[in-house]
Amino acid sequence: MLDVRAPLLSVRDLQAWYGESHILHGVTFDVHQGEVVTLLGRNGAGKTTTMKSIMGIVPRRAGSVRFEGRELIGSASNEIARAGIAFCPEERGIFASLDVKENLLLPPQVKPGGLPLDRIFDLFPNLKERLGSSQGTKLSGGEQQMLAIARILRTGARLLLLDEPTEGLAPVIIQQIGKTIRTLKEQGFTILLVEQNFRFASTVADRYYVMEHGRVVEGFANSELDQKLETLHEYLGL
Amino acid sequence: MFEICFPEFLGARCIVSQALFGQLLIGLINGSFYALLSLGLAVIFGMLNIINFAHGAQYMMGAFVAFFLLQYVGLNYWYALVIAPIAVGAFGVLLERLFLQWLYKLDHLYGLLLTFGLALIVEGLFRNQFGSSGLPYRVPDQLQGGQNLGFMFLPNYRAWVIVFSLAVCLITWYVIERTKLGSYLRAATENPTLVRAFGINVPRMITLTYGFGVGLAALAGVMAAPIYSVSPQMGSHLIIVVFAVVVIGGMGSIMGAIVTGFGLGLIEGLTKVFFPEASNTVIFIIMAIVLLIRPAGLFGRRA
Repeated sequence: MLDVRAPLLSVRDLQAWYGESHILHGVTFDVHQGEVVTLLGRNGAGKTTTMKSIMGIVPRRAGSVRFEGRELIGSASNEIARAGIAFCPEERGIFASLDVKENLLLPPQVKPGGLPLDRIFDLFPNLKERLGSSQGTKLSGGEQQMLAIARILRTGARLLLLDEPTEGLAPVIIQQIGKTIRTLKEQGFTILLVEQNFRFASTVADRYYVMEHGRVVEGFANSELDQKLETLHEYLGL
Repeated sequence: MFEICFPEFLGARCIVSQALFGQLLIGLINGSFYALLSLGLAVIFGMLNIINFAHGAQYMMGAFVAFFLLQYVGLNYWYALVIAPIAVGAFGVLLERLFLQWLYKLDHLYGLLLTFGLALIVEGLFRNQFGSSGLPYRVPDQLQGGQNLGFMFLPNYRAWVIVFSLAVCLITWYVIERTKLGSYLRAATENPTLVRAFGINVPRMITLTYGFGVGLAALAGVMAAPIYSVSPQMGSHLIIVVFAVVVIGGMGSIMGAIVTGFGLGLIEGLTKVFFPEASNTVIFIIMAIVLLIRPAGLFGRRA
């Protein structure tokens, strides 16, 4: 895809290790301002590790991660967050010792222009009803996922990393999350998504990268999805 | 003064009210120190995953700073109450940066051994310098004397210790459980990696938490100086009981540390009245029972 703008996020030859095991072997891709980009791939292909490496929470990493032109590969994860990237982990990371409201208000504002609370409640009306709940982890799986997304919308971060937001959720909740992602895109958020469920991804994504064995092996736009289906099936083992 | 008589199964004795309430007061005083010290231990364990065996030595350092300030600088108790926690807390920050920060990913045992070693070194240095006989520290002028409550005599300084330590405990509880800063602390106790990925400087928070916990120990030391004499081993006597209190209350629970601290102080006092022979062991007996029935402690969140 030809794009003359400088990418918002530019990942070059990203390598990552957990202890002795070398997980990422040179991941390269771009995400442009306002896009929804999905990383596809089998379990263990390195999608989550890619996200964690961008976020700076992998013990050892090398290569280049540039965000708004600024190199972040040597930065600690709190500095990366302050640069304007927010992360919603696969396991959701709702805190048991915090109530729902505290969970929602936990991430500090890193940039101006985060969504105000009433806009967040427009997106997630059920969260507003659950605000009084004592413990964040007493919410249902779907509500926890919404809370995990909602809390990073306040921070002013413009790039959201969402790691498998639909995992283990009922179809009706998945639809709501799809709708939310499209709304966020309309509001100018840039989103990098990790998904196993490419049926879901195809309802929100502008572009895809396919990962295998710690590398990006293919990249294509949503308009090319139909031609790529067969290759995709091969990569994803569907 | 009046007499209280006990039924047959308690030995059919009579004691004067002074003795009973006097022991309860001593129990509350001890409980104040148990609560302040176990609170610091609980806060430190929650954030750093380190069992701070140097806590007794840091409490002793607080008392010595108060002594130095009065003896050499001429600054009284009220200055010591502010300066000693800051000075000893800063020493804690230094320890954390120099040593403890390298241990977080290892087993608890390493932190325990390191802090135990530090405690021995610090206590050894003080003993070398000041000997083991205690140094006197005067009750501040404003708190001399006491009140006759009818059923007992209440020294002003002891009333102050109970009220002030209870206030410090409750303020600490409020900050941790009810404020924004506290929500960062609780969240970072659960999942420091994620909290850091939200943009919070977790390593700095951990350092300051250790400094705060150590500062609480020093504060307890200043309060203890006019009651117990200031001596290098004053902390090592207390700390074993305080660890039993923490085990009973449950590691990492803030309110648990406070309630258990005061409660066990009272129980110890009552034991001195009813069965003095057991007063030194009653806390350890309770600890053994709690460990059998609720291994996570009375207020422990995690099993």
